Amino acid sequence: MTTTSAISVRGLRKRYRDVTAVDGVDLEIEHGEVFALLGPNGAGKTTTVEVLEGYRPRDGGEVSVLGVDPQRGGRAWRMNIGIVLQDASDAGELTVAETVAHFAAYYPDARRPVETIAMVGLADQARRKIRTLSGGQRRRLDVAVGVVGRPRLLFLDEPTTGFDPQARRQFWDLVSSLAADGTTIVLTTHYLEEAEALADRVAVIVGGRIVASGSPATLGGRADAAATVGWLDGTTPCEVATADPAAVVAELAARFGGAVPGLTVSRPTLEDVYLDLIGSSQP
Amino acid sequence: MTTTVTTTTTARPPNAFGLGLARGAVELKTFFRQRDSVVFTFSLPAVIMLVLGSVFTDQFEGTGITASQMFAAGMIAGGIASTSFVNLGIGISTDRDDGTLKRLRGTPMPPVSYFIGKVMLVLVASLAEVVVLLAAGMLVFDLALPTDVSRWVTFAWVFLLGVIGCSLLGIAASSIPRSARSAPAVLNLPFIVLQFISGIYVIPVRDLPEPLVRVGSLFPLKWMAQGFRSVFLPDVMAEQEITGAWEHGRVALVLTAWCIGGLVLCLTTFRWRSRRDG
Repeated sequence: MTTTSAISVRGLRKRYRDVTAVDGVDLEIEHGEVFALLGPNGAGKTTTVEVLEGYRPRDGGEVSVLGVDPQRGGRAWRMNIGIVLQDASDAGELTVAETVAHFAAYYPDARRPVETIAMVGLADQARRKIRTLSGGQRRRLDVAVGVVGRPRLLFLDEPTTGFDPQARRQFWDLVSSLAADGTTIVLTTHYLEEAEALADRVAVIVGGRIVASGSPATLGGRADAAATVGWLDGTTPCEVATADPAAVVAELAARFGGAVPGLTVSRPTLEDVYLDLIGSSQP
Repeated sequence: MTTTVTTTTTARPPNAFGLGLARGAVELKTFFRQRDSVVFTFSLPAVIMLVLGSVFTDQFEGTGITASQMFAAGMIAGGIASTSFVNLGIGISTDRDDGTLKRLRGTPMPPVSYFIGKVMLVLVASLAEVVVLLAAGMLVFDLALPTDVSRWVTFAWVFLLGVIGCSLLGIAASSIPRSARSAPAVLNLPFIVLQFISGIYVIPVRDLPEPLVRVGSLFPLKWMAQGFRSVFLPDVMAEQEITGAWEHGRVALVLTAWCIGGLVLCLTTFRWRSRRDG
């Protein structure tokens, strides 16, 4: 398969005994893109990513990652790929600095460990043993280890699970700065706002199949969906769904002779679209 | 097509042996920083040696050798098996469980570097264990260090073949425990039984029932113990062995066979993933 995309997947299938985890996934991810794979637990996100990372063999389909079949990816291929694991708890007795320096040694053209540690915001913890780090610090270390080899492609599997809001915001800044350097990033998450903040493109996977893909702003016809215009008539809240909210607002402005009390115009949030897509939209 | 070219890395990758040494440094740091585990790993065989050794008070008639000296010599084999077989079995099982192996597999590290690192850990830990056991044996039971070179040569090859064979068996056995948590229990049971039927705890080995000796003779530990007895005891003590001789040829043969068999077992059974990880 010749391709100019960073990742190209056609008809990927993967079964575990009698459970089909991935059932015909197609993906096309461009160089330099930040791509988010969204989906509920058990939808096939991690399996898909682990096939792309070369961790799991597949049962069917064609996969090319940086021009190589991950099942046959050798050392040269691995040097261009960074993986941030979801739940590692290794190397507890080593310090942050020792660990990053050790992993830097695996690559011919690694980032300087000190700079990498500073980049993920762990400069103050560099001499601490890993087992003494907080959950968020531990994940930042995982990112440092994932990027120290200057990968062209970085995989982040549910990177901010268990983060507090401030740590999550800092983590997003870090991912954005990596993306700004041209690193292609593949991210799985079940946080909608994370996908919206980081991703150029998202795909929603449910039951092992991609059910929608697009930019966060247009996913699932979000941009074209009916808007809701709300206002207060006296003390009574009113609401109208419309394809042309500007006309409704203009009409209301004319009726109220200027300011419209309690005026809101809203589109479905990414979450509304997502819940709709995964078929569990609740009132 | 645009010109955002995908520059392939052309710099020379670090070599596998150099990375193996770097792995070894990481393994040694990790091992020696776990103080409690270090203390117990090294002291358990020494404590068993001291406790059991003081139970045996008999002398072998006309030799001037006490039962505790014979026991101490054999216990060196037990100590080495503990720092190689048990240590690796638990260590690799833990690496599989806590993400160490998964992370390493996602990097360009050649797999052989991981094993070079483990070999360094086992060699250093085993040598340290021998020093501890010899010191205890000399201080408490008047075990004498041999003075002639040929005995040290025997020591060297029994040590090396024993460490390699037990390490390979430990790597193979690391796939048996379902999780790191159960690894010590899973590894220690066969180890203790093996020490018993290999004539480490029961001396002289002739006193063991014959069927047990036959089973024990299938495994490397019995032959390592016999080899170390030949190093640290006078030749007259060979009479106490099953065949009345040190049987160096057979010791070398069985240990070498286990090195080869262990390697085959490793290559066919080694898993990078934990079982619950599919």
